Amino acid sequence: MPKLDLNRVSMPKQEPLVRARNFDEVALGYNEEQALAEATRCIQCPKRSCIDGCPVEVDIPDFILAVRDGNMPEAVRILKSKNSLPGICGRVCPQESQCEATCTIAKKGAPIAIGRLERYVADWELRQGQMQKPELAKPTGKKVAVVGSGPAGLTAAADLAKLGHEVTIFEALHTAGGVLMYGIPEFRLPKHVVQTEVDFVRSLGVDVRLDSVVGKTATVDEIMEDGYDAVFLGTGAGLPMFLNIPGENLNGIYSANEFLTRTNLMKAYLFPEYDTPVKVGRRVAVVGGGNVAMDSARCALRLGAEEVYIVYRRSEVELPARREEVENAQEEGIIFKLLTNPKRFIGNDQGWVVGAECYEMELGEPDDSGRRRPIVKEGSEFVIDVDIVVIALGTTPNPLVPTTTKGLEVTRRGTVVADEETGKTVKDAVWAGGDVVTGAATVISAMGAGKRAAASIDEYLRGL
Amino acid sequence: MYKIMLREDLVPSIHLFKVEAPAVARKAQAGQFVVLRVDEKGERIPLTVADWDREEGSITIVFMEVGATTRKLAQLKAGDYIANFAGPLGLPTHIDNFGTVVCVGGGFAVAPIVPIARSMKEAGNRVLSIMGARNKDLLFWEDRLRAVSDELIVTTDDGSYGRKALVTEPLKELLEGERKIDRVIAIGPTVMMKFCAKTTEPFGIKTIVSLNPIMVDGTGMCGCCRVEVGGQTKFTCVDGPDFDGHQVDWDLLFTRQRIYLDEEKKALERWEQMSHA
Repeated sequence: MPKLDLNRVSMPKQEPLVRARNFDEVALGYNEEQALAEATRCIQCPKRSCIDGCPVEVDIPDFILAVRDGNMPEAVRILKSKNSLPGICGRVCPQESQCEATCTIAKKGAPIAIGRLERYVADWELRQGQMQKPELAKPTGKKVAVVGSGPAGLTAAADLAKLGHEVTIFEALHTAGGVLMYGIPEFRLPKHVVQTEVDFVRSLGVDVRLDSVVGKTATVDEIMEDGYDAVFLGTGAGLPMFLNIPGENLNGIYSANEFLTRTNLMKAYLFPEYDTPVKVGRRVAVVGGGNVAMDSARCALRLGAEEVYIVYRRSEVELPARREEVENAQEEGIIFKLLTNPKRFIGNDQGWVVGAECYEMELGEPDDSGRRRPIVKEGSEFVIDVDIVVIALGTTPNPLVPTTTKGLEVTRRGTVVADEETGKTVKDAVWAGGDVVTGAATVISAMGAGKRAAASIDEYLRGL
Repeated sequence: MYKIMLREDLVPSIHLFKVEAPAVARKAQAGQFVVLRVDEKGERIPLTVADWDREEGSITIVFMEVGATTRKLAQLKAGDYIANFAGPLGLPTHIDNFGTVVCVGGGFAVAPIVPIARSMKEAGNRVLSIMGARNKDLLFWEDRLRAVSDELIVTTDDGSYGRKALVTEPLKELLEGERKIDRVIAIGPTVMMKFCAKTTEPFGIKTIVSLNPIMVDGTGMCGCCRVEVGGQTKFTCVDGPDFDGHQVDWDLLFTRQRIYLDEEKKALERWEQMSHA
């Protein structure tokens, strides 16, 4: 047995200064040799503790073993028996705080690059041009409506279809995928990967109805009257938060949702070939420090901005974005203005933003979130000259479904109350999961919620 | 894909499409809108519903050719398909028996005022309507609006048909007249709605306008359509499109409608080059 290699095989990436000017994928993925080398690092420990870190309980050591043995169809089968969206998860899951954090090798060195291997397996299948189709259970004759086609909805729909139920997804936008399409940029998650995995879900017999704005086109109650036996709400957290400070409605100030939707879903980076435009200007300030802020800043750079700032009220250690995304942004030349918080926006006589007047901040005692509370330094105001501002402070659930559905319990934060284990809401035959229950979180936690809800819905339907 | 069941050219630059969209038709009410996308590379644009037929499963839209997207839309014929058509979005116009209601429609917005006037009439109101256009060649649906109104005044800016006036003149006269006016609904170009609201303000008569900012998703997700009403930021797509005209920050609306002027010009030039080629 060779000595344990404590370093993982690195994944090739586009050079920072090159990639900062194109929308192609940043991380290029392992080739066969790299994947084999990384798979061979896995010691196949009996504890299999990586699985405990996976919200959808992928049999991680088994698929890695199949990769090591060069049995790729088997690797695909193992992976997809638990995870219908591996190409997506391999790219956007925060593995460092999940499966890789619980990897046995992590105690001694770099954990197995599980996410990279997952992506390798998914991309291998994609290159084959043909998707394996899992065996479907005998039709049960039961119908389930899934509201929203983001990670929670797609996962719930796929699992329910595999279990033999007839599933319809209702999607408000013109393309399926939810935040995977409108939010996460092409260079982090290519849209053809998302659409291939959506097509996989369709291939299980799931009917995806686009342009269906539940709460408007039909309410949840009306859908139930149409003969559905159960409903899963995976409507996400689509409502943007603003700072509520003077000047925020000036021209040139976007919510991150709008900036990213224009850029990603509507492909404004290809304007005028695509009809939807987006404004970028020379200097862009993105307010916020999460993954969405990093995505917005990196999009702005690729759209042609010369200087892009992240304006964040705490310090670097508190940045909520994934470490890897912060590093990517830094490498590409994003300028971090930390301990800085806007007081107001300044406009010109045409109504366009030209400046962000900011306070310097300092950190006090930890607040409810456990992070040190940012405090304004009085008299520290200064102005950052900007052409465009993107507000990336986070999102809350869109009230369209909660407010039009009788009998749901909704919290003050606008989230739907659902059982943590099963996703069951207080309303008969209605489940919910993902960001609509937790508030903005990760793709994989939404998928985990979709999976648990699907199991609970299945149990319910079999008892009918 | 949504089939165009019928096309009518109301005037050379204003067109009517009846679109097969049963799910939208089932729920549509006066004052609501749809968001459509002409084709796979298209932008999402909002259009107020002009009519619906629940049995036939159709929605009628009326649009004027102004930019690249509406010109592209105007190329479609009956039997062609629109890529996406979502709705009905926004809140319906508040319909009640107010007493006497004045309905004002300007330009191609005569189309959405008709179902509102009809609903107001059905709710028991006396409906006094005013419709206006720049000239005679841009007028349409006089018969339809007359059929759902107790009285109708037609104006043109140049006097080529009806009364030579802006719609605000007869509106002011109605407010000054003997009859008590309980509510005014004004839909049309932003500048028209602003001046209707300014006209009614001194009389203290509630005036509802239907705002038309730029939108993307139309479901409250992006905030592109934010306006200020009574000092508060509102999303037109979910909080409106109807608002109290006396509370609207009109200058902000005008400014935000101009965000993409350069891009709109570029897209139009590109469209013209392509349609010539």
